[in-house]
Amino acid sequence: MVDVAADLSAPPAGAWLHGVVRDAEPATFAAIGGMDGGPVRAVSAAGLVAVVSTAPLDEYGEEPLRRNLEDLAWLERAARAHHAVVEALARRGPVVPARLATVHTDDERVAGSLAARRAELVATLERLAGRGEWGVKGYLVPGAATAAADTAGGAGVGTAYLRRRRAQLTAREERQQVASAAADAVHSALCELAVAGRRHAPQDRRLSGASAPMVLNGAYLVDVAALSRFTELVDSLGGRYPGLHLELTGPWPAYSFVAERPEPALTVRGPG
Amino acid sequence: MTTALAPNSADDPLAYRPVALVDLLDRVLASGVVISGDITLAIADVDLVRISLRALVASVGALRQPEDAG
Repeated sequence: MVDVAADLSAPPAGAWLHGVVRDAEPATFAAIGGMDGGPVRAVSAAGLVAVVSTAPLDEYGEEPLRRNLEDLAWLERAARAHHAVVEALARRGPVVPARLATVHTDDERVAGSLAARRAELVATLERLAGRGEWGVKGYLVPGAATAAADTAGGAGVGTAYLRRRRAQLTAREERQQVASAAADAVHSALCELAVAGRRHAPQDRRLSGASAPMVLNGAYLVDVAALSRFTELVDSLGGRYPGLHLELTGPWPAYSFVAERPEPALTVRGPG
Repeated sequence: MTTALAPNSADDPLAYRPVALVDLLDRVLASGVVISGDITLAIADVDLVRISLRALVASVGALRQPEDAG
């Protein structure tokens, strides 16, 4: 534990990590508001700069954090405050964003992480230069054109009902399958143009408030130079797969492309 | 069918448009744990906190009402 007992009025404070950049002018940070609205700080080590907020441990320590993260209002405020810092950094150049709630007990620990992970962080910063993350979400279009259920010919009313009902169920299953295949195809096509792509789990409709089920929740790392081609491709894929409603979001800081351990989903693959 | 959202504040800081919380959580909480899984958070680069998001999902109804989600 840190020795901060000198000032009894202030609770011990840790450092909430927002992200890592190559370098930055100290003046940059005065303009960026951190978790509590006060300016963020820079912790420099190993030729890298970690951007942190002071995080009083009575709110951001392990136990309070565990409790606070279960509080959606707190979580939203924290996520937006963290994102605002990361986005401000991303506007100035490459940044490796930290996952939400990465708290170190003091600045020395932050510096230690920079030194220990230097090679990996530098490689990631280089990979992200001149690139941005874009999100493409695909929703199942409700009641998208399917083969018309055949009308009953020469059968009783009950039989016709059952047949119609079965046709409806089959149509729904088919629509799901078609949408799922379309989502795979859209993802593959976007991955070919992007530097990297990965799929997040589809969003829960209780969280997203979406009226239709999500079948694609993709994130793509795109070269700035290829951006217009990327958005055109999203448009044309939307036309090619009318059963999907595609939605583009971004640019995002490259949250989805800085995993410590590269997952298979991170690498670009050809179709299939 | 496509809806292209205008690029947000990265292009123009004055045209700030808040991003959807759910899109943000997908990203800041690592991949896809928003639905029912556990989140792992690094605390002091040693200890890991795992929290359940089930309670969170359950409380969303209450959150969604005041704001008209977009």
